[in-house]
Amino acid sequence: MPKTVYVNVEYLTRVEGHGNIVVNVTDGNIEKCNLEIVEAPRLFEGMLRGRSIFEAQHITSRICGICSCGHTLASLQAAEDAIGFKQSAQTEKLRKLLLYQEILDSHILHIYLLAAPDLLGVKSFVPLINSHNDVVRRALRMKKECNNMCEIIAGRHVHPISTTVGGFTKLPKESELDRMRQIMERMQEDMEATVELLTTLTFPSFERDTEYVALVNDENEYPFLEGDVGSTDGVRFDKHEYKNYINEFVVPHSTAKHTKLSRDSYMVGALARYNLNHEKLNSEAKKAALKLKLEPGTKNPYLNTVAQAVESVYCIEESIKIIDELKETGVKHDEKITVGLNENKNIPVKAGRGIGAVEVPRGILFHDYEIDAEGRIINANCMIPTNQNLNNIERDMRTLVPEILEKTEEEITLFLEMLVRAYDPCISCSTHFLNVKFVK
Amino acid sequence: MKPKVAFFDFACCEGCQLQVANFGEELLDILEVVDVVNFREVMSENGEDYDIAIIEGSITNQHAVERIKKIREKAKIVIAYGACACTGGINAMKNNFEMPEIMHYVYKDDAKYFDTIPTKAVDQVVKVDYYVHGCPVYPKEFVDVLKCVLQGVEYKVPEKSVCTECKLNENECMFDKGLTCMGPITKAGCNSWCINNGNICFGCRGFVENPAKNAAIEVLKDHGLNPELIIKKINMYNTVLDEKLKKKGEE
Repeated sequence: MPKTVYVNVEYLTRVEGHGNIVVNVTDGNIEKCNLEIVEAPRLFEGMLRGRSIFEAQHITSRICGICSCGHTLASLQAAEDAIGFKQSAQTEKLRKLLLYQEILDSHILHIYLLAAPDLLGVKSFVPLINSHNDVVRRALRMKKECNNMCEIIAGRHVHPISTTVGGFTKLPKESELDRMRQIMERMQEDMEATVELLTTLTFPSFERDTEYVALVNDENEYPFLEGDVGSTDGVRFDKHEYKNYINEFVVPHSTAKHTKLSRDSYMVGALARYNLNHEKLNSEAKKAALKLKLEPGTKNPYLNTVAQAVESVYCIEESIKIIDELKETGVKHDEKITVGLNENKNIPVKAGRGIGAVEVPRGILFHDYEIDAEGRIINANCMIPTNQNLNNIERDMRTLVPEILEKTEEEITLFLEMLVRAYDPCISCSTHFLNVKFVK
Repeated sequence: MKPKVAFFDFACCEGCQLQVANFGEELLDILEVVDVVNFREVMSENGEDYDIAIIEGSITNQHAVERIKKIREKAKIVIAYGACACTGGINAMKNNFEMPEIMHYVYKDDAKYFDTIPTKAVDQVVKVDYYVHGCPVYPKEFVDVLKCVLQGVEYKVPEKSVCTECKLNENECMFDKGLTCMGPITKAGCNSWCINNGNICFGCRGFVENPAKNAAIEVLKDHGLNPELIIKKINMYNTVLDEKLKKKGEE
């Protein structure tokens, strides 16, 4: 029987930033099925003009509180690429460690506080304090521990302090390496319990074939920080070519700019990385994937949350490896730098253009700076994971709605909310880019 | 009855809200004394009945102006939470550009679809009762402010510069290293967080009440430092405060 459904979720909760889900179905016909972005424009790219590359990471980390380390690392990579600066092996290790901790922190936040309440039939973690006290405590403990790790590596998690162009302004002491290892060992136990918990939860079954995009490389390591851009449709290109491959386009029926690569839309994030690079996961993460029955080639976006759990296991194990390597070689404290705005001109600067491409919790993030001979930014562009996912989310919504039309409006709303949340969208990030749908 | 607390976010990165989730299990202790009824980033409960409104983010469009006014009408106490709410924060950097120009740079021909106004701190639109400065907020200070709110007493932001805390932490002065630092003209209260970690102060907590801004620029020029970069560094977090100071000077 033809059905009429109106869904209008204003200010979707448990996501970062402001978005509305609007679905209108009249007599069985979908008239509208949109994820509207209502975040106020913040104009970061415009504000970066005239700024020194030595303060760009400080500014761009403020694009997003949840992935501030990711923005910092993409910014540093773009700046260092532009001036031709090569990071030291130690800096690379510490940056990787910081990124692993941010991915872990963000995934834990998403799995427990943002996604799990739906699967447990409650509105937020607050009712869980009584019903699942140990689970809430574990979640908050894990989050806090990630923060403690970031504090040691970079001063703090939200807006890291010691990460600058050229390296780090502070380096971990021997005792701090020990402390980090202890934290990660404790985290292994909590992570095991997390995987266990996820095996008991049932995710909606829904599939849609799409293209998955993530960093790829020829190293034997699941790539987060270095690589080319690759897709499950077999495309591979150097990050400097991103503008030639990734199309931003305006949809005729709206003014929204979307992105696509080989086909109508693509997905970035944990599931995309897993589908492209699962063979390079460490053995513990592979075991977790097996336990969680996450198959390579998974096409169910709801399982992005499960892929996040697999990556979390990976990040803990890899962090331990890095800490052990640092313990073995000892931290070279003479690499500590004080840079400020490079007033002392310790780091040679030249005009040029640099690209950063980093896998942050929600997917591949690009920072692109064109700078003058003084190291001032002339033009800036940031391409945000959520921005790349919005087109894919809407296409999922349009495929999903007809499949669940027999459900109640309340259930349809919940399924749609869960779908959008599964992508873990970071709307504050995405909105400095035009991505608003105007209903005309 | 526990007081009802609501978090509201305006233009910002939501990192200050995240600082709350980052309390770890201590968050459960805070939840013993207050009843959080609205916290969109992590909760779907949507309580419209609240005593204390904690405002994150700055006011950057007309819709936000109307929204914050409604929140002020309902709340007994309004707390400006984080740099964006207290001083306009990093969002106010855009006020240094011509609005149509910067809008066009980012959004091209579609700029016309956006409602935008120069960035305002919350207290430029409604009365604010308490301030938690910083980008991000310093968690300890947030707890201190919350304690004052719950006891109904005033919280005084320390009226001294970051340098006073930095000296106690025995950090080597950034100026002695030939670098510029916002410490001398920035409000204390963060325990010189950034300098403790080897970086300079970027001034995220805003000017002290009477910053010797011109003198600071002169000193920096004397050190042969590029005045343009220095002014830019000052207005990274202080554009709105600077506008307020200028206005005060004219009166």
